[in-house]
Amino acid sequence: MSTTAPLARLGRGLVRSRLAAALASPHPVDRYLEQVNPMWAAHEVRAEVVDVRHETTGETPVATITLQPTSTWRGHRAGQYVQVGVDLPGSATRLTRCFTLSSAASVPGEQITLTVRAHDDRPGRPSVSSHLVRGAGPGTVLHLSQAQGEFTLHESAATPTNNHLVFITGGSGITPAMSIVRTLLRDGYDGRAHRRVTFLHYSRSPEDQIFAAELARIAADDNDVDVHLRHGDHVFSEFELRRLVPAYRDTDTWACGPAGLMELVAAAYDGSPRLRTEFFKIGTATAGAPERPAGGSVSFTRADRAAPNTGASLLEQAEALGLRPEHGCRMGICFSCTARKTEGTVRDLRTGATSSMPDEDVQVCVTAPVGDCAVDL
Amino acid sequence: MTAAPQLDDLTTEVLEGLDLDETRRLTTAQLDAFGAEMDAIRQRVLADLGEADATYIRNVVKYQRGFEVAGRALFYLPPAWPLAVASLAVSKILDNMEIGHNVMHGQYDWLGDPGLNSRMYEWDNVCPSSQWKYSHNYIHHTFTNIVGKDRDIGYGILRMDPDQEWHPYYLGNPLYAFLLMIGFEWGVALHDLEVENIVAGRRKVSDNKALHAGIMRKVKQQALKDYLLFPALTGPLFPLTFAGNATANLIRNVWAFNIIFCGHFPAGVATFSEEECEDESRGHWYYRQLLGSANITGGRLFHLMTGNLSHQIEHHLFPDIPARRYPEVAGEVREACERYGLAYNTGPLGKQLLSVAGKICRMALPDRKPSH
Repeated sequence: MSTTAPLARLGRGLVRSRLAAALASPHPVDRYLEQVNPMWAAHEVRAEVVDVRHETTGETPVATITLQPTSTWRGHRAGQYVQVGVDLPGSATRLTRCFTLSSAASVPGEQITLTVRAHDDRPGRPSVSSHLVRGAGPGTVLHLSQAQGEFTLHESAATPTNNHLVFITGGSGITPAMSIVRTLLRDGYDGRAHRRVTFLHYSRSPEDQIFAAELARIAADDNDVDVHLRHGDHVFSEFELRRLVPAYRDTDTWACGPAGLMELVAAAYDGSPRLRTEFFKIGTATAGAPERPAGGSVSFTRADRAAPNTGASLLEQAEALGLRPEHGCRMGICFSCTARKTEGTVRDLRTGATSSMPDEDVQVCVTAPVGDCAVDL
Repeated sequence: MTAAPQLDDLTTEVLEGLDLDETRRLTTAQLDAFGAEMDAIRQRVLADLGEADATYIRNVVKYQRGFEVAGRALFYLPPAWPLAVASLAVSKILDNMEIGHNVMHGQYDWLGDPGLNSRMYEWDNVCPSSQWKYSHNYIHHTFTNIVGKDRDIGYGILRMDPDQEWHPYYLGNPLYAFLLMIGFEWGVALHDLEVENIVAGRRKVSDNKALHAGIMRKVKQQALKDYLLFPALTGPLFPLTFAGNATANLIRNVWAFNIIFCGHFPAGVATFSEEECEDESRGHWYYRQLLGSANITGGRLFHLMTGNLSHQIEHHLFPDIPARRYPEVAGEVREACERYGLAYNTGPLGKQLLSVAGKICRMALPDRKPSH
């Protein structure tokens, strides 16, 4: 591969050097490289879409997107996620969301995959997943973070142990578990996981089943992995889990899926430290009505304080709780008070425009919550 | 809508030297109506932001990077020295004015692009962006032209308004202005230290400790590349490259100083007292921004090279909408001003510069008539 050629290595070393940083200062070196080729990067990670393959064709279709990251990608451990920034056409706005990597653990230079369910656009909240599934194609460049998250396999996949592993997943929550199982099967030296693996998955219908063909193959092969697929009204029950894995509370378990499933699983494990969970936030905050802005509750996550929403600006509500957020003009012109709203709907007090986008930067002096809202202050 | 008393032929010439108090009074209702009109303009532009604005600023960045790289490279060709200097100066002017100043105002925050975000952007200037944003975005843009609050009136070293009490120190006004022009980026960096307030005993030297560290870090980075690394990379041409980089910085300083001084100091620009602005309405804020600023007429390239600060009035009315939109809304703003009988101060660069120079010299001397 050309990226390992000595000349390319020398070039990479140069653009990452302190000299290059000092010469480019005050701008990051990447601000120059991107002008030549968006896939040239010294520090940032970007990725080019190589292929988009549809996994399901239901109402909210799922697609697997294969990406070639830049040489700055440090690889990932199975089960990790990545922040993906997409420049939405039309609005020209870049939105960033987290997606789990569905491919087996990667090293620098390797391709990776995301498996994404296309959620619908909602008013004030265009959908990144929908754009990835329906709008992205070969050549689209995405902005990535390095891989993040601790919902991973701790032991080496290549070292056989006799630890029994359990995965309980629902819907698109299957992706991190799939990455772990794929890694186990790939890195075991003869296509076996070399430990007992129980894979219990719930989805709406057989048509909505992600990775259906591959799961069928894994189930059929002699590889130590038991696959149990449940469809439709068949919900998780402790009774069924106990039948499959009698000592489940003493078995390393990874659970990922919608809130309803996660509540049932958490109850079944009753605080067992063997259970690791990962949630997908799908905007649980209840929005109030714009004409009646008060209601719900406002939480300031960094200060770990919350109070009923009074309808006043976020800055005033924070100050009422005794917080002292950085601010300046108090009229929306100086941008000193910009803070990240992580969840909920807010209203611009000057224009009346509302927005429900997660992880959005707002000027707290001219922004008021509408219903439940969380701000990183 | 009830229009303000019409003033036919209302031009800056008529207003020059006049006490504006007589012509600039609007009733509370008129101020509110004027504010609502300005709000409507802002909202309409915000709703229309999109791909054209993104493409525009990214193209400006592309040109700026191109000029910078070309400038740095041309220093290897000694006969091309003037070209190298010009190229680098254009790069620095674009970086500071059309990109840096405007991006740091949050004009492009909606793009979600970290490279064009007000919290992340750092400019090619010895003043650290964080300190600039405090003194400029907050203090200057919030308290524009309120004598005693807006530290940009004379920048703490000049006398630019009759309401600033005269002192023999101000006999040096023209000299200080000249020195500030030559070292404008340094003046901007030191501005935040509020030396005049330390001299007056309103501020302690220890208050500046954190600021010192930030300024020194930025100064070191800027000096390292312009006065050591890039000259060293040209080997025996070190002195030429060094001089070229210094000249490019100087050109940027002189240009930025002149454009910025034309924004608030030509004759006819109004200042305000703290009492006038107590609990002011949004309408009065707009009104103050309008009367406290002045435009420069010119072509598209000129507007670009000024970072659209040639539309200082529109910039002060709408500091957070992309500057490329200022020419587009200027017609409406001007039309509204005519209806409300408000002065819209504009003129060609030469005229505005002469007017500013005249004021700098006049303010050096004590007032001939008793101050109003």
